[in-house]
Amino acid sequence: MMQSRRSGRPVAPGATAIGTRSVKENIRVHEKQAILVVEDNANDEALILGALKNHRVVVARDGAEALEYLFGAGAYQGRDPYDLPQAMILDLKMPKVDGFQVLTKVRADERTKLLPVVILTSSTDLQDVLRGYNLGANSYLRKPVDTERFVEVVGTSARTGSV
Amino acid sequence: MHDKQVILLVEDNPDDEALTLRALKKNNITNTVIVAHDGVEAVEYLFGTGMYEGRDPTDLPEIVLLDLKLPRLDGFEVLTQLRADPRTKLLPVIILTSSKEQQDIVHGYGLGANSYVRKPVDFDQFVEAVRQLGLYWLVLNEKPAGGAPHSS
Repeated sequence: MMQSRRSGRPVAPGATAIGTRSVKENIRVHEKQAILVVEDNANDEALILGALKNHRVVVARDGAEALEYLFGAGAYQGRDPYDLPQAMILDLKMPKVDGFQVLTKVRADERTKLLPVVILTSSTDLQDVLRGYNLGANSYLRKPVDTERFVEVVGTSARTGSV
Repeated sequence: MHDKQVILLVEDNPDDEALTLRALKKNNITNTVIVAHDGVEAVEYLFGTGMYEGRDPTDLPEIVLLDLKLPRLDGFEVLTQLRADPRTKLLPVIILTSSKEQQDIVHGYGLGANSYVRKPVDFDQFVEAVRQLGLYWLVLNEKPAGGAPHSS
């Protein structure tokens, strides 16, 4: 069910096994344009989902899940890695694989190296800002984000392609 | 309090230049706008050479709005030079173009553009796009350069 809702694409062989994987519970698939939100904090996730309510959103709860989604591995075995999300909104401090590691892997792979990546973090450390950009982030947003403005911009980004 | 930083607009078409300036003004984006009319001017401004000899290249603009099709040096070449220089490597560059070529989008991101925005043909839509650009890139986005606060 989850796969077929994603984009109406045929369910890839192997992907059906996802139902038995515990990680499935942590990755939720929403309709419409896919924006990959990588966020381990439930409160922040709720805020982001609220801001992106008009978009199709996939949530990964840590860096490892994000990579599995992007590269069609693990719980997302069979997903086409070329079917890129519209953008990835990436937290930095996460369990297992952190945001910098995700970004490094994404930029090192031909299939994902052009994916627009917006870092969204509570870090106020300038070193993190610089490191993010140096690793190839397109943009860096600091929490708390002005939600009203964020919604306004992201809400229409699909039309203008500005974010 | 720092002065508001500059927006570098790289645009050779006078109509598009006027339109962009109007759209910025209409949205109360009051940053000083420096207009470079081709890629060479843009590079000279950024690196303090040629007609901008003596300008301090560490005094970077807040963002660069970069057209692609430009005389002398096109937008891709400008972007290539910026990303190759440590001083401008992380400077936020937004490609603002009428090109809808998928190849141009891919090329632009591949060279390190932060964003790629198609110029809407309709004026109201153009104003709206500029408003969102300003909001996002001048207010929400954290700049890679330290020190300079948000333009508020």
